[in-house]
Amino acid sequence: MKTDSILEKILASGQLAVTSECGPPRGALPDKVREKAQLLKGYVDAVNVTDNQTAMVRMSSLAACILIKQMGITPLLQMVTRDRNRLAMQSDIIGAYSHGIDTMLCLSGDHPSFGDHPMAANVHDIDSVQFVEMVTTMRDQGKFQGGEKIDGPPKMFVGAAANPFADPFELRVSRLAKKVKAGADFIQTQCIYNIDKFEKWMEGVRERGLHEKVYIMAGITPMKSVGMAKYMKNKVPGMDVPDDVIKRLAGVPKEKQAEEGIKMCVEDIQRLKEVKGVSGFHIMAIEWEQKVPEIMERAGLLPRPQF
Amino acid sequence: MITAEQKPMKELVECVRPFQRILLAGCNECVTVCAAGGRKEVGILASALKLQFQAEGKPIEITEITLERQCDPEYVEELVAQIDKVDAVLSMACGCGVQEVARRYTDKPVFPAVNTKFMGASERQGVWAERCQGCGDCVLGLTGGVCPVARCSKQILNGPCGGSTNGKCEVSSDTDCAWQLIWDRLKALGKLDQYEENIPAKDWRSGRGGGPRKIVREDLAS
Repeated sequence: MKTDSILEKILASGQLAVTSECGPPRGALPDKVREKAQLLKGYVDAVNVTDNQTAMVRMSSLAACILIKQMGITPLLQMVTRDRNRLAMQSDIIGAYSHGIDTMLCLSGDHPSFGDHPMAANVHDIDSVQFVEMVTTMRDQGKFQGGEKIDGPPKMFVGAAANPFADPFELRVSRLAKKVKAGADFIQTQCIYNIDKFEKWMEGVRERGLHEKVYIMAGITPMKSVGMAKYMKNKVPGMDVPDDVIKRLAGVPKEKQAEEGIKMCVEDIQRLKEVKGVSGFHIMAIEWEQKVPEIMERAGLLPRPQF
Repeated sequence: MITAEQKPMKELVECVRPFQRILLAGCNECVTVCAAGGRKEVGILASALKLQFQAEGKPIEITEITLERQCDPEYVEELVAQIDKVDAVLSMACGCGVQEVARRYTDKPVFPAVNTKFMGASERQGVWAERCQGCGDCVLGLTGGVCPVARCSKQILNGPCGGSTNGKCEVSSDTDCAWQLIWDRLKALGKLDQYEENIPAKDWRSGRGGGPRKIVREDLAS
């Protein structure tokens, strides 16, 4: 084991790991974090805490991770390169580890133009591939990115994102290979709706043997309504929502669409379980955390392994 | 070239308002090519300002001049003949030119008439696009001649991000995804294997990270 991360232990044991997500509030409201996290407690192995997602100011991921950790839940620190330079990132990583946070996800982040501070400078001192390399170097070589020795290196289990649906499709396996080369331990993918395309990507991943070098967790987001599906299809960059998904949701009455969305999501998980190289799921139930236990139950993912 | 765009007329009128005699100074280099501050634009802006103040019943005197290069002390010296006869200079050069005039004529107010935009190239008639940010350590040899620092919205050196859609950037459908361009170019060159070489984190000291930059050529410096 490279780390003490519970996620690493579960993945290494060969069991399907499951993470979910908690977006911190837009204000100093610690109870909001606790309420959301409580809905997930015991149902997933770790909870991703987003970092100013969609480039909107929120409670810091690190602060919310600490609140969650205090509840006995494993937080997964998300960090983006958009808002911090390498000094700030490394100091937060050490700080997080000092609070017992040992699992993180390295991202570039949504561009500021999508958020509520489009006038802000976007930092992007390093990119997500370099970010992964920085954190694994901190852990494995005990060195800061600048080369100096770390007195007490943070032993982080390091994740990265992959979007098999962004363009150009033909380089998406190579892009994953770059993150693997940088040292990524696990991958959480973009929400999967186009399973055929995902399977094609996984074929390429397996051809290169990348699934044996990195744990791939399939991203899942249940649809609440046909409106949400259309929004995801048309407005969210890099999202692939096939027409069939929209048709199926539109085919049921409005009040039954949420239930249909859960049903589709459970079916997707069942199908993805059969895809060789899928090591787990990342269930992002956006502002719908209360549905995670039901999804887990119906998808046969309970109980969670204990270590 | 360095590209620029004329400031809004309202802003220019307000900065000129306190003065009676203005020297409107264009530049014959980049701003001429991008039609922002050459001889032609100097003439047009001078007429517009005169008309504006005439209409307000407060006519102003504008002397027009277009220097060969406003970023070069040798040419900025040519303003000596006019400088004492004016109250302020309105420069249509890029920020480099404005500062050179300000440095040379210490007791004369100097105002920029254009917003300096970026180092770019002409895409077609009347359209210029950013190509270089002067990072001081060129990576174009690794990226098929397309710059990710200047042309990727997140300046990702190991792209593309997950927002690349149909060859366009997630930030704007008017902007090409730099990494799509890089991929296409590496493919055309038969160099796709180069793509998987991770480009290390950049040392920004060669760029703005090291503070204001200077080139000293010992062989040329006097």
